Amino acid sequence: MQHFLSPGILTGAFLITGVVTAFLYGRGLAVSRAQLSADDARAHSLPSYHGYFSAWIVALLAVGVIVPWVTFSGALPKFMFPAMILGAMALGFIIINRLLTPTFRARNHVERFVGGALMICSGVAVLTTFGIVLSLVFESLRFFDQVPVLDFLTGLQWSPQTALREDQVGQSGSFGAVPIFAGTFMITAVAIFIAGPIGLLIAVYLSEYANKRTRAAVKPMVEILAGIPTIVYGFFALLTVGPAIRNFAEGFGLSVPTQSAIAAGSVMGVMIIPFISSLSDDVINAVPQTLRDGSLALGATKSETMTKVIFPAALPGIIGAFLLAVSRAIGETMIVVMAAGRAANLTGNPFEAVTTVTVQIVSLLTGDQEFDSAKTLAAFALGLVLFVFTLFLNVIALLIVRKYRERYE
Amino acid sequence: MSAKTKTSIHQTDQALGRLAKRKAKENRFRYAGIAAVVIAMAMLGWLVVSLVGTGYTAFFQHYLTITVTLNESDLDPHGARNADQLRKANYRKVIQQALYSRFPDVTDRRGKRSLFQVVSASGATNQVRQMVYQDPDLVGREITITVPTSDDVDQLLKGHIDRNAPEDLRKVSNQQIEWVDQLVASGELTSNFNWRFLTATDSRDPELAGIAGAVVGSAMALGVAFLLSVPVGVGAAVYLEEFAPKNRLTDFIEININNLAAVPSIVFGLLGLAVFLNFFGLPRSAPLVGGMVLGLMTLPTIIIATRSALRAVSPSIVDGALSLGASHTQAVFHHKVPLAASGILTGSIIGMAQALGETAPLLMIGMVAFVTEIPTSIMEPASALPVQIFLWSDSAERAWAERTSAAIIVLLVVLLSMNAIAIFLRSRLERRW
Repeated sequence: MQHFLSPGILTGAFLITGVVTAFLYGRGLAVSRAQLSADDARAHSLPSYHGYFSAWIVALLAVGVIVPWVTFSGALPKFMFPAMILGAMALGFIIINRLLTPTFRARNHVERFVGGALMICSGVAVLTTFGIVLSLVFESLRFFDQVPVLDFLTGLQWSPQTALREDQVGQSGSFGAVPIFAGTFMITAVAIFIAGPIGLLIAVYLSEYANKRTRAAVKPMVEILAGIPTIVYGFFALLTVGPAIRNFAEGFGLSVPTQSAIAAGSVMGVMIIPFISSLSDDVINAVPQTLRDGSLALGATKSETMTKVIFPAALPGIIGAFLLAVSRAIGETMIVVMAAGRAANLTGNPFEAVTTVTVQIVSLLTGDQEFDSAKTLAAFALGLVLFVFTLFLNVIALLIVRKYRERYE
Repeated sequence: MSAKTKTSIHQTDQALGRLAKRKAKENRFRYAGIAAVVIAMAMLGWLVVSLVGTGYTAFFQHYLTITVTLNESDLDPHGARNADQLRKANYRKVIQQALYSRFPDVTDRRGKRSLFQVVSASGATNQVRQMVYQDPDLVGREITITVPTSDDVDQLLKGHIDRNAPEDLRKVSNQQIEWVDQLVASGELTSNFNWRFLTATDSRDPELAGIAGAVVGSAMALGVAFLLSVPVGVGAAVYLEEFAPKNRLTDFIEININNLAAVPSIVFGLLGLAVFLNFFGLPRSAPLVGGMVLGLMTLPTIIIATRSALRAVSPSIVDGALSLGASHTQAVFHHKVPLAASGILTGSIIGMAQALGETAPLLMIGMVAFVTEIPTSIMEPASALPVQIFLWSDSAERAWAERTSAAIIVLLVVLLSMNAIAIFLRSRLERRW
């Protein structure tokens, strides 16, 4: 470890020293040359811009050496590395010495550099998306080489265990993902069934009934629910909610396992209450006050105004909020990993253990793994399905919300 | 005018009945709203109460104070005091003998074994080994040490094992209870604050396990995430808000960032696995990779927060700077960004708090290792606090549930303070125009 880090730290220290020296040198050069120049002409840029320009030049040249060195490491003997950096920096200083005259437009160059650097920053976000899409698609294609797409999307049997011995029965595992999709759908449905009404009622209460002080107190309290890490919800489901549901069902003579779709789904429902309540609250507040006033002036009660006037007007936005909540529930991992179970059951009964896309990704990729097996590649195929589906939901939701907003503006 | 009083149609019994019904409906609607708020609050309360109720006892631990004799003939028969011998010596025997001499009437083998189970076997032996190793002069002397009890005894004294349950359904035998009660009565067995939980690393034994390694791993990963996402995020936001031309490319970048904010966190873990581990060959389980994945994940949060902070700065500031001859870049970097700094800072803290609680992407890049040492560099295998919680939650014993909840309490306290700092900064530094 020591071996790995020390050259890196050394290079970094070297680089920083060189860049800082260049800044001070360029700045000093600009000041002294401006004083020496006989005519009254003022320098084009402030001395510090000359400094920044010098620092950029030196840094760029040094990085121009370091990056190829690291990527093609081993092509040249080791002692060449400091020599090359030093050479690059020296070249930088020569260029600086030539360029920096009082008339040199240092500020414009520096500002162009800054603009470029900022553009690269926003490029990182784009690169991340490309990275996600490329890695998911690439690995999924390798998976679909081994397992046909149609088998994956329509198969009813999910047992990804690859056998230890070659001749074992079912040694290739079976990768029919329908039970997983069904489990994901069921848990999401339970979550929305809980969060939908509660979230919507909270939004209505806060926007139409609560006074300012109640609203200021309750809104952040509800939003705390979205700030609690999902691992905490997962453990809560495992430790408290699961056993509570089991005991409750035992009271009716039913047997429900501690890990069940209902336990995971209801805890997830609590987690997504704030998504629905905050977004719906925004949408309800965006409905013009004139609609409200008109309805109240005609003698409608607040609840009648709400259900007959505001709700229909806000409906597209509320649907958007629900779609975003669904996408959040589908992508949620830790709660289901801890509370929903791992066995791929194809069942319609929420009181049984089911599994989800995210649970399977986790269980396929944790523990011992060799990278090229169908088992690990299957995780990327599931990841691709998850990514595409959540993206689709988000795009639809945003389109609905945007279209609706335009109507009143 | 007319003497006959005509009742208005609004005053008929039917109308009054309808009105009463409508008012009742109105009230029901209102109470449904209140009920929804109460249910949400009750769930939050239930969660906090059940976790704190399970976890707070882990901050206390029962310790046994015992006098052990470090016989030279047992530990260092040659008297050479060399380090190797002192490390290998049989310290288990030292502890056992101390216990047998404390309860001299225990003579049979089963009784002796059961007596030894009162203390934490590896905790006590390691403690004595450490002491002797550091100070070899202790050999031949008699010392008094305080060692942790086994997790079963600890749970018994915390009231989590039912004394009245039938003996064969209980992890602690009647005889052990008798010994423990004697030790408690004589003041040899006491409950102290459990520093070990905050200073030790992970262990197979719940009474010895601590969160220090996980906390350091989390701090390192968070440091990397901060260094990656804050400069890049602020840069991207400044570019989009101030410099980007209005064209297709900019629109594309904007849509991209909005969609990135909604990508499930586990997908970022898959990205880390495929790109950072398999393509670039960075080490598995390292906080460097974990931090990079978390950094990319919080990038959209920081970009969005920074953009709204920049938008909140009054345009008159920039106009003033421009009219005094500043260039556009100067107006932005000398005036607008500094004025937006409090908003940027708040957004960054909230983004980091999100990253701290995130577990799923870390599972993907293998930060689930059983690590018993505090990591010293970002390239070493490490665990993280939420992952530690996940690992412990797998064990069914009461002692582990207690520690898992305690780790959650620590995590929630850290998150709460980060958010409190963000809220405080916002209220203190925010300017309105």
